Parts: sequence; C-alpha cells; structure tokens
Amino acid sequence: MSKTNLTRRGVLKTSAIAGAGLAVPTIFTASSASAFTNEPMGSTVTLGFNVPQSGPYADEGADELRAYELAVEHLNGGGDGGMMNTFSSKELQGNGILGKKVEYVTGDTQTKSDAARASAKSMIEKDGAIMITGGSSSGVAVAVQALCQEAGVIFMAGLTHSNDTTGKDRKANGFRHFFNSYMSGAALAPVLAAEYGTDRKAYHLTADYNWGYTTEEAVRASTEALGWETVNAVKTPLTATDFSAYITPVLQSGADTLVLNHYGGNMVNSLTNAVQFGLRDKQVNGKDFQIVVPLYSRLMARGAGANVKGIFGSTNWHWSLQDEGSKAFVKSFGEKYGFPPSQAAHTTYVQTLLYADAVQRAGSFAPCAVAEALEDYEFDGLGNGPTLYRADDHQCFKDVLVVKGKENPQSEFDLLEIVEVTPVEQVTYPPDHPQMGGADATLGTCNNGA
Amino acid sequence: MLGLNKKDLKLLLIVAVLAILAPFILNPFPEDSAMAQFNAGYPDLMQRFVIFGIFAIGFNILFGLTGYLSFGHAAFLGVGSYAAIWMMKLLTMNVIPAIMLSVLFAGLFSLIVGWISLRRSGIYFAILTLAFAQMSYSLAYSVLTPITGGETGLQPKVTDPRILDGTLPQGETARANIFGLEMNSSYDLIVGGWLFTFNVGYYIAAIAMLASFYVAIRIFRSPFGTMLRAVKSNQTRMYYTGLNAKPYTLAAFVISGMYAGLAGGLLVAMDTQAGAERMFWTASGEVVLMTILGGAGTLIGPVLGAGLIKYMENILSKINKDILHQWFAFLPDGLEDFIITIVYPFIGKGWHLTLGLIFMGVVIFLPGGLVEGGQRIARLFRGKKAKESDSDKSTQSTPAE
Repeated sequence: MSKTNLTRRGVLKTSAIAGAGLAVPTIFTASSASAFTNEPMGSTVTLGFNVPQSGPYADEGADELRAYELAVEHLNGGGDGGMMNTFSSKELQGNGILGKKVEYVTGDTQTKSDAARASAKSMIEKDGAIMITGGSSSGVAVAVQALCQEAGVIFMAGLTHSNDTTGKDRKANGFRHFFNSYMSGAALAPVLAAEYGTDRKAYHLTADYNWGYTTEEAVRASTEALGWETVNAVKTPLTATDFSAYITPVLQSGADTLVLNHYGGNMVNSLTNAVQFGLRDKQVNGKDFQIVVPLYSRLMARGAGANVKGIFGSTNWHWSLQDEGSKAFVKSFGEKYGFPPSQAAHTTYVQTLLYADAVQRAGSFAPCAVAEALEDYEFDGLGNGPTLYRADDHQCFKDVLVVKGKENPQSEFDLLEIVEVTPVEQVTYPPDHPQMGGADATLGTCNNGA
Repeated sequence: MLGLNKKDLKLLLIVAVLAILAPFILNPFPEDSAMAQFNAGYPDLMQRFVIFGIFAIGFNILFGLTGYLSFGHAAFLGVGSYAAIWMMKLLTMNVIPAIMLSVLFAGLFSLIVGWISLRRSGIYFAILTLAFAQMSYSLAYSVLTPITGGETGLQPKVTDPRILDGTLPQGETARANIFGLEMNSSYDLIVGGWLFTFNVGYYIAAIAMLASFYVAIRIFRSPFGTMLRAVKSNQTRMYYTGLNAKPYTLAAFVISGMYAGLAGGLLVAMDTQAGAERMFWTASGEVVLMTILGGAGTLIGPVLGAGLIKYMENILSKINKDILHQWFAFLPDGLEDFIITIVYPFIGKGWHLTLGLIFMGVVIFLPGGLVEGGQRIARLFRGKKAKESDSDKSTQSTPAE
C-alpha cells in the first residue's frame, strides 16, 4: 500500500472537508443528487443475492444462488427464458430491467443475523445494490428486511416461513413470496382430519426458537379447531441432535399423533429417532400412531431417507407440479444444473422476476414506486397458480401444497408426492390476525432512502 | 504528554492518523476499476474495523497481560448490545446513554462471571467462561425471548416508547443519532475515479476506539499493568510474596468485559439491531483469533488482527466464481478453468479456509503475530540487528528472587 502518498494528499482533503462539514452540518444528511438510494446511473443495475453459503442451511443457499444466476441469465435474454414465457405479465423483454443489464453481487449470511446484515450493508454501501434478496431463515430475513427498510432499498425475502416476517415484523420495503406457518397449519389440518380422523390427541415437539413457536401456534390452532386435542407441547433445544429423551415421554402421554415443528437437521434427527423408537408401528387409543412434519423441504426429506415415507407435511412448491410455469422452470433449471430445483430455488427465482417486472411496470427503480407496483398485484404462471401480493402485509397468497413422503421414490429428488393442493381461500387470513401481530403490526411507510 | 512516554505517544498518534484517514487509506482503488473489489472504505466495514478493534483491545488486557484465556467474551458483547438496544427503545435514540448503559451492564455481568470463573485458572477458567457464554446464548435464543427477541433479535420499532424523544413525525422511522446527527449519514467525496465516504458513525466509533486505545496504553504502563504481568509470569510466586492476585485478575476481567460492552453498544449504535448470534461461542473464538493473529500482549496487535479478520470476512467472502472468470478471462479457456478450480476453494464461502491457513502460518512462523512480522520487516529495512527494547516486551522485567 502506498501509504505515504495517500496520507499526504489526504491531509489536505480532510482538513478542507472537516471545515466544510463543521460549517454546514446539513451537508451530511442530503448527500447526493440521486433521488433514492443507489439509483442506477449507468447501463447496468446491481442486485444483491445474500444467501447462506456456510452454516446449517448452506445447501439451500447454494440452490438459491443457482436460481438467482438462472433468473439473471433469463432477465438479460440468455437461456430459454424459463418462467418469463409463462408469466402472466409480459413486460419483461429479456433486455435486462428497464433496458439496463442486470449484474449481481453475492454474499454469505452464515445464517446469522449479524453476518447477514453486514453482508447486505456492504452490498448497499459498497456495491450499490438496488435490491437485496435471499436468506434461508426467518431470523435473518427479519433482520435484513429491517436493514433494507432503513437504507431505502427493496428486500425480496427468500426462504422464510415464520409468521413474523410479514406478521409482527412486516416492513414497507419488504416482500415475501414464500408461504408461512399459518398457511401450513391451515392447509394441513383438513387433510390430517380427513386422513386420521377428528378425535386425535397430538403431542408437539417444537424447536425452541421463533419459527418453532409460530409454527406450533399455527398448527395447534388449526387442528384444535377441527376437534383435535393437544396433549402436550415440549420445546427442544435448537442444537439438539439426539431426541430420544424427548420421544420416550410421548408414548406415556396417551397421545396418538406426534407433530414435529422442526426444520433442517433438527427434523432429520427427530424424525429418525421417532421412527427408530417404533412409534409408527404402535397402536394408541385404538388408532395407528402418526407423525406430522408441518414444513417439508426436499433437502430434509433426503436427509431423513426412508423415514419420511407416508409422513404428511406442507411445502411452498414442488418440481413435480404440472402447470406450464413449473414445467418451464424445471426444464431450464434442469438443463443448466442437471437436477430439479428445490422450493428455495423456486421462490428466489420467482422473487427476482417479480421484482424486475414491478420495476418495469413502475418505470422506475425507486423503492416506493416498485412497492406500489407490487402491492395488490395479481399474477399467474409462476408455478403456484393465480397469486396475490397483498398490500396490507406484503405477503403472497396462493395455493399451498400438502405433501407426503413417497412410498416408492424413483430418484434422490423424487421423495415427496403431492396429496392435495389447498386452495388459496382456505389459507387466507385477515392482515390483523392475532398470529400476525394483531392490530399493532404495521408496515410503516416505504423508504426511498437518500 | 497525556502521561505517555515518547514512544507510546508516537504510537497513539499513528493510530489516530490512520483512523482519521481511514476513508482514504481503505479505498486505494478507483471505483470502476477491477481492483475496486478490494476496497474496504465503506461505512459498515470501517465501523466494524474499529469496533472489533475495541473488542480485541479489551480482550488483550485480560489475555495479553494476565494470560487468562477467556473463551466467553462474546457474552459481554451481547449483553452490551441488548442493554444498548433497550435504552434506545425505552429512552432515546441518542447513542450516548445507550453506549454508557451497555458498558455498565457488561461490567456488572462480567463482575459476576469473573467472580465465579476466576476461582480456577488455565483450561478450567477457559471452560467456565465458555460455559457462561453458551448459557447466555441459549437463554437469549430461547428462554429469554420476551427480553431478547430470540431468534429474530431486537430492533427499534415505531411503536416504542422512547420517553425522551417525543413522537416521530408520520412516516418516519427511528434512527440512531447523536444529538440529531444521524449515525448513518455520510458525506461522499468524489475525486476523479475515487469515491471516499466520510461517515458520522465511523468517526464516533473511531473516537471511542482512540479513547480505548489510550486507556489501554495507560493500563499497560501502570503499576496495575505490571501486577497483571506478574500474574502471567508466575502467580504462585505472587502468592508467596503475600500478594493476592484475585482482585487484580478480577479487575482486569471486568475492564475487558466493559471494553466488550462498549463494542457491543457501538455495534448497536451503528446498526440498530441486536441478536443472540453475537454471543455464540464462535464469536468468542473470533476475538481470541484476532488477538493471537495480531500479537497477544502487544498494544496495536489486536487492532490489526481484528482488521485482518473483518477484512477477509467481508471482502474475500464476496468474491464469487463470476468475478474470478472476469479476472482470468485473458487466459486460454482450459488454463482459466484450471486456475479457477484451484483458487475457488479459498475465496467466497471458502474464506474460513484461507483464514485458517493464515492463522496456522502466523502461529508457526510468527508466534508474536502480525506485530512480530512488522518488526522483522522493519529490522530488515533498518539493516541492523539491534534488539531494540521494543515497547511491549521490554516491560517484562525479570522477577526478583
């Protein structure tokens, strides 16, 4: 580093600036001529893809990144265009966004709020990213969403399932396409009631953190409404790897159904333990013992192997869907990477397209204009059927898939089968629902930044 | 001046100049050049440099002087953060009360933890502090969710009371400020292709870092500091001479806990969010790495170590395959792919691997850390082997028999 040079020149500059700064403090607040944070001036626009590349959700993060790269390729006119061809809006021409070529920067959230915020901040402050997207856990999503609100850029959430992201922690600059705990509960309960009867006694094992709480609450509320009884709900430490101590009391409790509000590695371990303990071969109250997993992902199903067979759960999207959008996406993803996309890949790809389309329709990159274009926007052809981006909480409302572990999987990706597509009406809730933070939850006002 | 000898004063002045000119020094490459990737002069990272510098300086007062290896210092950082964010939620978004309270709470918490943990030394002490930190982390992550926000952490909300601030105008969000001057406001200076950012938050943090650095120098040079070194060199002998080491070690522990609290408070002041992850044991491990990498027991070492680790975490981790392809595009295809295959594991998500290799290299070849490296280079340039009484080592006097 040629330190001396810079220092000498720097001394002159700083003294001048320090003088100016002290004299006119207002110069600090309104710094430049641009109308909003990181207004793209040149012929390119930069998006920030902030995904977990290390830590427990690194696999999901890697799949998200693949989807982002694919989306950028499609937006810039490369590849076969994927879901841009099936998307109900035909604004996107394959010439970037508003004629500007799409570029991107990536960062590692490490599935930690601090690291995720640091990475998002560097994208905003250093790389001039106009939109941040990604994440694979609700804690990270909520933290980064708040940051984007403050900085005045748009946040398009990736895989985040907790109610809070668009519930009590909703923000005007943040948008979520993925479904949430409430929707999982509302979609699962009727299927469970039809399959297992309405007089079940449920025992919950819940991961001891925010997402676990909201999921347990949602599933309990929905199943109890249909006549189930909740015998007990036990919190398990997030770091637990051996759940046998938690499984033994289940049998003595008189419960005949076990609900595992676990995600990722937790779920793989708890389900494996439960099956090893022979829970599924037991008869309780004259009924077969059953296990339910509210949120499924392909990566979890793969981890748990044969143990997932016949176990019910819900998911946002699955590559075996036969609508045009899903087929187009699976085709272009498969051609590029050689295997079908996960639901995390799907939601991030869709979020990128939705953002680009909203900018195109608004005719501006200004966050408030984009937010307005997304609010109460109805679209179709992106794999989930007709979908609404609700203005009240920036949550997407669409059909939810109830899935079951496949009995005879054909490949390592073919582990889940769709049992039912729960129509959107059944999972819709009012924006001030108690599980969503009640009447206190507000979006605030959108922020364009400096 | 300031109660420092000439050499220390020079060091303090160098650090001060570096801190003031950081926006220039850290942005040596023009914005649109390919090397801009390596620029680190943006507010967030500059803030992190000095804040983790404070954290490491504080840790070094305990570890560098007394030799007690605490593996739970992140807990104090976390307690400081939570104290600061609650102050902002309840009282005012002005950062001064928040920072003061974070130091106070971290001090109290470290007093309790230190009181218990310092009954043992060596590995048992390390394990005890680690246990406390992990306990705090688990509590914050789950049981204490009403106070800590659990997984999602805490952020200021529009609906918070903020007794001293009065109500916000419609549509405004609460922002951390110092008497109205917002932490995240900056002034951009564009000179030719270069962009230099002067950020309010950074300079506040830098002032705090300079103050901490000054206090650390004073501690190092004081009779109290000498007493701490005595603990490190031979505690048993201290007892035999009739001195009780415990009050000294406890004081050092609390002081370094307060430094950690200050860092935690500043983190919140710069970025108004507190989460449990910052108390995780890897965060405690990180500060140990920083100190050893820079040079334990030296004054400037921990700051350098903190800078190096944060630089790698934020800059190296963002280089992806795409950027590599741009860099090596001039090579023939086969060679390009080959080189990228070799380099790729060390960048992006592989930055931990690079950090590990550097750490191994430093520990094996430069046991005194980066500071020793600097000294060796300086000696090479001076061309003399004069074993100059270096400020940090000379003070280790031979104990009297």
